[in-house]
Amino acid sequence: MRKRGREEERERSEAKTGHQLVRARSGSEMKVMVAVKRVVDYAVKIRVKPDKSGVETSNVKMSMNPFCEIALEEALRIREAGAAAEVVAVSVGPAQCVDTLRTALAMGADRAVHVDAGAAPVLPLSVAKILKALVQVEQPGLLILGKQAIDDDCNQTGQMIAGLLRWPQGTFASKVVLDKEKQVATVEREVDGGIETLSLDLPAVITTDLRLNQPRYATLPNIMKAKSKVIKKVTPAELNVELKPDLEVVQVTEPPKRKAGVIVSSVDELIHKLKNEARIL
Amino acid sequence: MAAIAMLKRCLLRNRHPFSALSPSPSSSPFPPIRGSLSRFVSLLFRVPMSSGIRLVLILYPAEHEGGLVKQSSLSAIAAAAVVKKEKSVTVLLGGSGLALRKAASHAASCHPSVSQVLVADADILVHPLAETWAELVNLVQHQGNYSHIITTSNSFGKNVLPRAAALLDVSPVTDVVEIAEPHLFIRPIYAGNALCTVRYAGKGPCLMTIRSTSFTLPSCSTETKSDEAPISQVDLSSFDVGSIPKSRWLKLVSQESERPDLGNASIVVTGGRGLKSAENFKLLEKLAEKLGAAVGATRAAVDAGFVPNDLQVGQTGKIVAPELYMAFGVSGAIQHLAGMRDSKVIVAINKDADAPIFQVADYGLVADLFEVIPELIEKLPDKK
Repeated sequence: MRKRGREEERERSEAKTGHQLVRARSGSEMKVMVAVKRVVDYAVKIRVKPDKSGVETSNVKMSMNPFCEIALEEALRIREAGAAAEVVAVSVGPAQCVDTLRTALAMGADRAVHVDAGAAPVLPLSVAKILKALVQVEQPGLLILGKQAIDDDCNQTGQMIAGLLRWPQGTFASKVVLDKEKQVATVEREVDGGIETLSLDLPAVITTDLRLNQPRYATLPNIMKAKSKVIKKVTPAELNVELKPDLEVVQVTEPPKRKAGVIVSSVDELIHKLKNEARIL
Repeated sequence: MAAIAMLKRCLLRNRHPFSALSPSPSSSPFPPIRGSLSRFVSLLFRVPMSSGIRLVLILYPAEHEGGLVKQSSLSAIAAAAVVKKEKSVTVLLGGSGLALRKAASHAASCHPSVSQVLVADADILVHPLAETWAELVNLVQHQGNYSHIITTSNSFGKNVLPRAAALLDVSPVTDVVEIAEPHLFIRPIYAGNALCTVRYAGKGPCLMTIRSTSFTLPSCSTETKSDEAPISQVDLSSFDVGSIPKSRWLKLVSQESERPDLGNASIVVTGGRGLKSAENFKLLEKLAEKLGAAVGATRAAVDAGFVPNDLQVGQTGKIVAPELYMAFGVSGAIQHLAGMRDSKVIVAINKDADAPIFQVADYGLVADLFEVIPELIEKLPDKK
């Protein structure tokens, strides 16, 4: 049974690859580039270093930024729908980013590029410049990023790279529809007060909100397969990008602690406390 | 708290910040305005070119409603007043027509720090498209050479400001909660679990979005007419619309609600997965009505389809800091706490005594919310 299952899996994946090749030949040459970031896992309760230089990241579980997973999932769905031929995952950062890229390859990205920028954090402006340089090499028709990284919470990179490339941007996307004929992307955006719909001429930059899709899990066979996929390594210098450190981190501190609360036993007691102790009602 | 205290000090000092300025026609930094754009009375003005700090605030069409600038946007003026102790603030407004004119005159008279209102009147600026607005910011910066460019950290500010920063080749600062010095800011990272102090060391202008709940402004009075700042047109003659990347605004589907805006409400009642259904959320809405409160939700409640996504409170939703935050059936995940931990008083009602929400709550009640909510509705005094 087990062997049979594996055979079926292989057949299916071969059929899929063949299908893609046909598609690639039939004119849908569009490439989608996805930027992914390695961050402290979202479920980890972070600790500020005693010397206030930053947040403890050694011996802490790291994962792909949740918004980047959604970006990658969207790119894969676009490829599976026949609107793109190839998905390229990119990560900028230290050597361990290769793990994040392997995850991306296991989810289904075709190949990956690791921009080795050393251990120090790289500001969004520099990441945007690196991505711009890679876009000029790879010539993708669409660039998808997460709307923000859950560590620095900046929410900047996608907008900045769109500005540098002078491409239109669809940020905080909760729905993306591509029209291959017209070379247009229709994007529904989550904005304050509702949902806004934009139409963008391709090539364009899209950043993903949580509600865009539900990312898939990498299956074991795909994790194995990802090991043979290519991760190209480049440095910012090779891309002629100078990292610009115009923001200095002076210190990182813990937020003020809230004073301990009390457990009340009834609604009456709660209303009484809110009226007389907190003086709110 | 420190930010508010600092703001109060500044406001006291800033009572008559431009008494030293006198209009001088020769030193106007803007070229003459083209005929088609001179619908407004353009007053002569002078901005001190020698002083180091000049600010511009960006407000987009939807941030003024019925001719009045929204309270949440005015918090950006409060932040600007912190950066700039004595000098003046320029407010940039875009859009077209009567609504823009009304909002411009409101902005001109709403705060003593405002020394000038710039109006960009063009149809392409009616919708908040990042491509056109970032170009406008770029243009205004090259005309005025400001030291700081500030927006509120809402979906407009987050969309436009980083793009403008890239065009100007500077690193922006997101979601500033405290301005310690003109180039020293505090902002939350890791979902608010750490506070990062950053120094802007670049040569260009300092671009930032500010968290509106951290900069409050005493309500905007329109009585002090004598303080009214001059209103001028932005010279849009070099605004090359053809070179702007193509994006088109199609529509905005918004949820109409009579309740107060989630971001500004003084009381917020929030429901989580514990509410179990959209029907049950109606119960929470009844309570909100009684309290004059806004309704919020957790990601779980939004994903389950109980309420629309713009009610989500948290790291990726709205950040609120009301006087009273009441959480019903909310477990208290890191990502949710990020959006409400600065509330003055937090009340948690949950069946699970071990829920993490109780660790931040001032008052906790371990009980079934389906019994508690009706009881609260019955026993609470009417707010109205």
